Amino acid sequence: MKTHQYPVDLTDEQIEEFGRELEAIRNEVFDSRGDRDRAYILKVIKTQRTMAVSSRFVIYLSLFFIPAWGHALATWPVALTIMGLGVFALGIAKILENMEIAHNVLHAQWDWMKDPEIQSNTWEWDTMSPSDRWMHSHNVVHHTWTNVLEKDLDVGYGIMRVTPMQKWKPAFLLQPIYFILLMLLFEEGVAVHEQAIDDHLKGKNKLKDFTPLLKRIGYKVWRQVAKDYIAWPLAAALVAIPISFFVPFSPLLVFGMVAGANAVANLIRNIWAFTIIFCGHFPAGAHNFTLEQVEGETRGRWYLRQMLGSCNIEGSKLFHILSGNLSHQIEHHLFPDMCSNRYKEVAPRVRALADRYGIPYNSASLFRQFGTTWLNNLRLAFPGGGEPYEPRREEASQS
Amino acid sequence: MRQPAQPEPGASPSIWSRLSTITDYFAWPLRTSHYLELVNPLWTTHKMQARVVKVWDETKDARTLTLRPGLNWRGHRAGQHVRVGIPANGKHYTRTYTISSPPEREDDCFTITVKAIDKGTISHHIVRNIKVGDYLPIGLPQGDFYLPDAQPIQPLFITAGSGITPAFSMINSLIAQGRLPDTCHIHYAPHEFDVVLGKELKAMDRYNDRYHLNLIYSREGDDPSGNRFSKAQLDALCPDWKDRDVYACGPPSLLEAIEQCMEEAGCSRQLHVERFRAPFTEIPDDAVGGRVRFAQSDVEADGDSDTPLLKVAEEAGMNPPHGCRMGICHTCNTTLVSGCVRDLRTGEVLNEAGSIVQTCICAAAGDCELDL
Repeated sequence: MKTHQYPVDLTDEQIEEFGRELEAIRNEVFDSRGDRDRAYILKVIKTQRTMAVSSRFVIYLSLFFIPAWGHALATWPVALTIMGLGVFALGIAKILENMEIAHNVLHAQWDWMKDPEIQSNTWEWDTMSPSDRWMHSHNVVHHTWTNVLEKDLDVGYGIMRVTPMQKWKPAFLLQPIYFILLMLLFEEGVAVHEQAIDDHLKGKNKLKDFTPLLKRIGYKVWRQVAKDYIAWPLAAALVAIPISFFVPFSPLLVFGMVAGANAVANLIRNIWAFTIIFCGHFPAGAHNFTLEQVEGETRGRWYLRQMLGSCNIEGSKLFHILSGNLSHQIEHHLFPDMCSNRYKEVAPRVRALADRYGIPYNSASLFRQFGTTWLNNLRLAFPGGGEPYEPRREEASQS
Repeated sequence: MRQPAQPEPGASPSIWSRLSTITDYFAWPLRTSHYLELVNPLWTTHKMQARVVKVWDETKDARTLTLRPGLNWRGHRAGQHVRVGIPANGKHYTRTYTISSPPEREDDCFTITVKAIDKGTISHHIVRNIKVGDYLPIGLPQGDFYLPDAQPIQPLFITAGSGITPAFSMINSLIAQGRLPDTCHIHYAPHEFDVVLGKELKAMDRYNDRYHLNLIYSREGDDPSGNRFSKAQLDALCPDWKDRDVYACGPPSLLEAIEQCMEEAGCSRQLHVERFRAPFTEIPDDAVGGRVRFAQSDVEADGDSDTPLLKVAEEAGMNPPHGCRMGICHTCNTTLVSGCVRDLRTGEVLNEAGSIVQTCICAAAGDCELDL
């Protein structure tokens, strides 16, 4: 039997065989995990923590170069350059923590080490979304139902039209603005990215139905705000109060500078994470699926869907690490619990397998992937843009 | 009354913990301790680690590690054991070892003595690969196999192989306190060159009048089977054994023989036993499912070799955490308390207590117990 619903020309048996071959790759890699992988993640964690704490002190250091001090180097260009370095390093540290460490730890990629410190069910990450809530909306909902309309909340995040299969409505006219807003406020966006909240906006439930959930998110948000916008700036301002009797600057300025620096670091992380993540499933060529298509789905077909729905980004080794290896989105979706440092070595094998079965393998530069994502977003703000959802359903029932 | 010069043991942590509550706001979502670890791993409070300061080969297959524990360490009682985490092949294993040094040791370090046992990957790894400067995660001392603090007793130690370690610690502790009573010690080892801590035992025997050591080599002599533990042997080596408190530690067969002997003599109450629990379950050859026990819910059910444990639990009326039902999301992860389970995707059998089990794609392979 041919499968007309997918852009592939494979029989059911071939799809299952394809699945078995992927399974063989998976088993081979899983069996070979060892000291090398452990050394890798420990090194990344140590680098990230050292970077996070030292960048905050570099930001503090820059305060000794504001013009009020009166010494030779005390000028705004010097102060802002040092602060810029600190902010950049803090942004990178947050990117590393969120993407290469936490995202992958929370995927249980490192659970096999049985290290009680690096376990998916105890790890908490440096972002406003509580890790266990995110694990549900991401690991369970998104990774199981990848790109399936009405099931995968990540298809448009409830505010955007990312595929012509989604029905157009006037609100989507504003989606280029949502796009930019979500880019800048990605951390906050992820925190409120919950089925319950989405349902509430559609009037399907009452606020009190999910108050405990809001409290949990609220606590996490408070601790994040307390760290970046209260604790670190306040400590600097408290030290600045006695100094301000001798050096003419305001402790408020000090508070504002540190808080501002942290805000920019968070912004760097938001923009980067958004860019990488939006290249995962929204560039041109990524497929979406209907509920009918996944009914009674076998493991082989699940693999096929993951491959058709995901897109890779090409880049250097450093780029892959900074993207949390989400640049290997296809491999990540095929093997979500494979430790991330192995994706780059399975990628050529997966690609060869895809070529052999004639399955599209969507891999391109960041420029192409993000560019088409952006163009798609603009096009789909208006009605049409491709094959809609309804006719497909009729076609399926006729055949 | 004057305040003691040294602060109470409980007082200083509370100041520290108050301070760290504040500094934790800076470190969130980690703790201050995670950053202190970058400076010195012994300063951590979120976990405890020990630095290996010395390795000493006791015999060709036994090694003593001297460990300097982190700041949170609490002194042990002679005879207690400690859990040690060991990374081997990228994985973290936990093993329990008796502390072989006496609590009276002055440099705040303690020692564990590890014998490489047959098939014991981890003990082999410790004996061969652990080196000075390594950091190992450790737990606090635990266990109830120790001597009474005050009341006088006349101990008889019966030990075999690496079962010597708690006895060694107890005897050393009594010597260090200067209150060693009349002590009899029977120790079994395969050969003379195999005696763990042999040199130290003989030195103790030489310098302490009240310590009587009997070393028995179970694989030497014309008739080695006669060297096994028996009542007749006990009568010969320690005639007043019925008046003594017996502290026994060794392989299950020896402990069983001692228990039987003491019971027949009506002296069970004087017997104190330390067992080393095997961390592995034998994989049953005919592993076709078995009895599944869910420890937290106190539910038992039969699981066959093809039915995922998640389904077994649900059919038994439970509602354990689950997500994708295909082994990718790890929502259903739980811990194997004991027994064997099989991963239905790979056929791999998990039989180590403490292993992580994905209930949606694992089935029973023989009897098993899960932490659900």
